[in-house]
Amino acid sequence: MTDDRLIIAGREFKSRLWVGTGKYKDFAETKKAIELSGADVVTVAVRRVNITDRSKENLLDYIDPKKYTILPNTAGCYTVEDAVRYSRLARAAGVSDLVKLEVLGDERTLFPDTAGLIEAAKILIKEGFIVLPYTNDDPIVAQKLVDVGCPAVMPLAAPIGSGLGIRNPYNLKIIMEMIKVPIIVDAGVGTASDAAFAMELGADAVLMNTAIAGAQDPFAMAEAMKYAVYAGRLAYKAGRIPRKLYATASSPIEGML
Amino acid sequence: MQNAIKIHVNGEAKTWRSGATVADLLTELDIKTERVAVELNLEILDRAAFSQRQIKDGDRVEIMSFIGGGSF
Repeated sequence: MTDDRLIIAGREFKSRLWVGTGKYKDFAETKKAIELSGADVVTVAVRRVNITDRSKENLLDYIDPKKYTILPNTAGCYTVEDAVRYSRLARAAGVSDLVKLEVLGDERTLFPDTAGLIEAAKILIKEGFIVLPYTNDDPIVAQKLVDVGCPAVMPLAAPIGSGLGIRNPYNLKIIMEMIKVPIIVDAGVGTASDAAFAMELGADAVLMNTAIAGAQDPFAMAEAMKYAVYAGRLAYKAGRIPRKLYATASSPIEGML
Repeated sequence: MQNAIKIHVNGEAKTWRSGATVADLLTELDIKTERVAVELNLEILDRAAFSQRQIKDGDRVEIMSFIGGGSF
């Protein structure tokens, strides 16, 4: 599968596993987990610089923007205005025109405000951003996001950080069949089989953070996710057998006593 | 001593010397200009403007950068 590259807005990605950088113990742990995951896209949040304690190190001293595609996100934004403001700040900070756009609708579920998401996407695309929207598993909203110019769509598998896995495989499957741009399943993955399942459904990539960072052994889980995404992709390309209710013998009857 | 101005930097009230530019402020706060974005009274500044824009009394400066985070 060496030629099985993921291409979004003319950019080529080697890895179909994308990872977040939150919730790690320290930057050294973040760096090692990301290395072990094999991910080449790394999402980061935009926040105020700590002006009182300058001894704090910078994340990008550990995650080299030359080696990884840095994908700034608008995590924590609940309004169109905030999401647009954070996106512009991210671009001004100078790593890229990419943004993982989040417009959240509710603090308890962290489900996206999809109306606000479409509106924010429109504004940012007009300004030349490459908008990768974090959205619900709603095929109609996914199509609307494509219609306004998103070059990929990132539907959730389950609430952010919940680890519930693929809650609605049928909707995700419909999105993958209906939508003609890459689909990145973002949020909700709990363990390796969830990631493999997302890829077997036909996802083009999976983005995760807590499943790795929150595992008892983040390094082992990072590797597990790497193989799960790869295995899931291979299985999708291989084409699974149809499900049948009854057995079909795999050994011939001929030659039996 | 030069006139002092009162400003807000990342939400904190600060007293600064008048005449300082955004670039001076960053230097004096020991912040490297690479990979930070500066918003001055809600206006995002081009990097090239850092050394030209002077901060004035009452200004609100936001200095932003990247931190660890996946989704919120």
